[in-house]
Amino acid sequence: MKIRMKFVKTGTLRFISHLDVMRYFQKANRRAGIDICYSGGFNPHQILSFAAPLGLGLTSEGEYADLEVHSTLSSKDTIAALNAVMTEGMEVTGWVKVPKECKPAMAQTAASDYLVYFREGYEPEDSEAFIREFQEFLKQESVVMEKQTKKSVAQVDIRPMILQAEAEMRQLDDNKNLCHTTDRPQLCLYMLLTTGSSSNLKPELVMDAFAGFSGRTFAPYALQIHRLESYADIGTEEQPKLVPLLALGEEIEQAYSDTKE
Amino acid sequence: MRKLALSDEILLTIEKPARYIGNEVNAVNKDFDAAEVTFAMCFPDVYEIGMSHLGMQILYDMFNQWEDTCCDRVYSPWVDLDAVMRKEQIPLFGVESQRPIKEFDFLGITLQYEMCYTNVLQVLDLSQIPLLAKDRTEEHPIVIGGGPCAYNPEPIADFFDLFYLGEGETQYRALLDLYKGCKKNGTSREEFLAKAAALPGIYAPQFYDVTYHEDGTIASFTPNRPDIPARVTKEIVKDVTNTCYPKKPLVPYIKATQDRVVLEIQRGCIRGCRFCQAGMIYRPVRERSLEFLQETASEMIKNTGHEEISLSSLSSSDYSQLEGLVNYLIENFGKKGMNISLPSLRIDAFSLDVMSKVQDIRKSSLTFAPEAGSQRLRDVINKNLTEEVIINGAGMAFDAGWNRVKLYFMLGLPTETDEDRKEIAYLAEKIARRYYEIPKDKRNGKVQIVISTSFFIPKPFTPFQWAPMLPTKRYLDLARVVNTTVKEQLNKKSMTYNWHEAETTTLEGVFARGDRKVARVILKAYEKGCIYDAWGDKMNFQTWVDSFHECGVDMDFYTLRERSLDEILPWDFIDVGVTRKFLEKEWERALAGETTPNCRQRCSGCGAMKFGGGVCFED
Repeated sequence: MKIRMKFVKTGTLRFISHLDVMRYFQKANRRAGIDICYSGGFNPHQILSFAAPLGLGLTSEGEYADLEVHSTLSSKDTIAALNAVMTEGMEVTGWVKVPKECKPAMAQTAASDYLVYFREGYEPEDSEAFIREFQEFLKQESVVMEKQTKKSVAQVDIRPMILQAEAEMRQLDDNKNLCHTTDRPQLCLYMLLTTGSSSNLKPELVMDAFAGFSGRTFAPYALQIHRLESYADIGTEEQPKLVPLLALGEEIEQAYSDTKE
Repeated sequence: MRKLALSDEILLTIEKPARYIGNEVNAVNKDFDAAEVTFAMCFPDVYEIGMSHLGMQILYDMFNQWEDTCCDRVYSPWVDLDAVMRKEQIPLFGVESQRPIKEFDFLGITLQYEMCYTNVLQVLDLSQIPLLAKDRTEEHPIVIGGGPCAYNPEPIADFFDLFYLGEGETQYRALLDLYKGCKKNGTSREEFLAKAAALPGIYAPQFYDVTYHEDGTIASFTPNRPDIPARVTKEIVKDVTNTCYPKKPLVPYIKATQDRVVLEIQRGCIRGCRFCQAGMIYRPVRERSLEFLQETASEMIKNTGHEEISLSSLSSSDYSQLEGLVNYLIENFGKKGMNISLPSLRIDAFSLDVMSKVQDIRKSSLTFAPEAGSQRLRDVINKNLTEEVIINGAGMAFDAGWNRVKLYFMLGLPTETDEDRKEIAYLAEKIARRYYEIPKDKRNGKVQIVISTSFFIPKPFTPFQWAPMLPTKRYLDLARVVNTTVKEQLNKKSMTYNWHEAETTTLEGVFARGDRKVARVILKAYEKGCIYDAWGDKMNFQTWVDSFHECGVDMDFYTLRERSLDEILPWDFIDVGVTRKFLEKEWERALAGETTPNCRQRCSGCGAMKFGGGVCFED
């Protein structure tokens, strides 16, 4: 049966790469006794695929992986078993059964939202002005940026890919999944961006665009980026409807085993 | 959330920041401030190499089982972070506590190979600890070295306060208790070290004076205090079944060189090959019980989630319960996507049967280590492997479907001639011909034979410790003989020949049998920027040559000389069980081409029996 797993990657684990995360879960699955399916052939590997990779240095509470299992305990028990073998900075927060026809998480992801804020010592003094400038930036009809594709550099209008965004002062330290938080409100940007193979916008590019617009420069490593959630679009072309990837599955109430599928 | 010693800015500009963050699966993360004794264990090479070392996992686990002790780990920063740390004056820190090494009570450095010596200095330097032991004060950690290179500690004696000779499981408790007692009583550093030297297996270099003859050889090596022993006897674990072993080994986030469960099945070796230091210093051979290994294997697999397990020993075929162990592993783990790796196996019917069950024949190779091309030379080095056994073994393997063979040899062995070297190529040719005796329709394509030679380096506590080496450039002539002969063979297209480089060989030769005068050269080379000498692309031979020259120390004195039997060798003060008399006799037998039977065939009275355990007492 197909499972979709949701997890948090934060703390010092922001310094391990996407490949490391994949290998980490392969071993964690074995430690936790997950009854995962293996591929056939001479080099069997776990049937485990991850959604959009997270860059080094970023944190996230909206990471996803899909797996095939022969059997499973209830969602609650499986999450407990996995978290019992996790290390600080990684936490499993969701484990749902998804239908057989469900597309892999990577292919389904249509949008992701992020918090972008500043590492200690880098926050601009003039937060009020910053917020105003960002609002002006968003009022533009189009924002053309150079985007690096595999073969060339293209001119792309990224404004339509910014589905939602705002800048504000926020108390960040009540979210335990964030690092570089303080006990005072911090200048923070929220943005919901198009994600996916056909059309993909990274928060870093939005910040580059904003820098160009406002004339501000952001020092290298000034910004901390945190992914909040990944979404699928279950609506139509005219009426998009974004739901978290986890919502496409259902909670497993009791232990379940694949007899014939 | 854990606070790191390095800022995000630094971690995001260097390669593989995960090397420096700790918090790995099964990391103990003991409370540094609550501990009575803090111990930083160091592997002086980059993280991925250090994390593959079993010895550190054993000691790390042992120390952290003690309530009063906090053991953390530290590895050589890679060259990129090394540069940043020097520029920003960031002190080297332990990966779990992220605290500076200079705040620890002990810094233990494991010495697994001689080419890591400049990295030892790098670790001390970046930790902001004085490089010379004599410059250290009460505020600095006690720097203690262990591992195989401690069996000739003299070239680096100036940099260490103490050396631990032998297996680490036995005397550390006593050492730490002594340390705690001395700290409470306000005993001085020097007095603590003198008291430590009274413990079995502990060597404190500062309490011994060395004098030299005019010709540079050692005239005397004597304690300079009455309470210091004239000789130090190595420590071994007598009962390797009832001793500590990590059931929850650390699992790194990044890919380590050994990305698998490592199960040490026995210590020592019965074979007595004359070039092999490990075989001599780990005598007598001691086996762990089958039940212990079965239980431990299961627990380690469960606690790590690794997909591969490897059995570690010097000669696994000699483990008396190998069949029981391998069958247990295949039955319990063979199906669940677990790879079983069995290095150091003799090639015979049993091992081929086992290997065909656990490996994909099409991808794995058969490994033979004849070490010498001719039977005459194999007898000199006491490597008990005949051509008949090799060809038969290869034949069985080929019939079963294997078509890849690896052959390991050494060049530069005592009494070796060009004829012996050519035999390497002839042997490979005979193996190839045996392969092609299989009817074409039953073969799996061509056979691939990879011949690999390294250059022999005489090591302390072996019968060859008196043997001379060759001038650096001459080694390549030896390789050329093999290469030319390989190219003359009928089946040359089925053979590949790789040889090691000679410059590292010479340097390693100096360090292996060096004395205290070599220390100043290591210091000078380090000051000139030498580190990561074990990494081929980083080793700068010319800088080393210059360093030797500037210090007035002659490399050739240590390498090219045949030592005389009445010379005092720098490591003579150590008792490893195997006696000097035995080694001298073996050296004579080697030169006469006579073999010596293995421990199970007949006891040759090497001296290891004095430890009262292991194969010497098997019925």
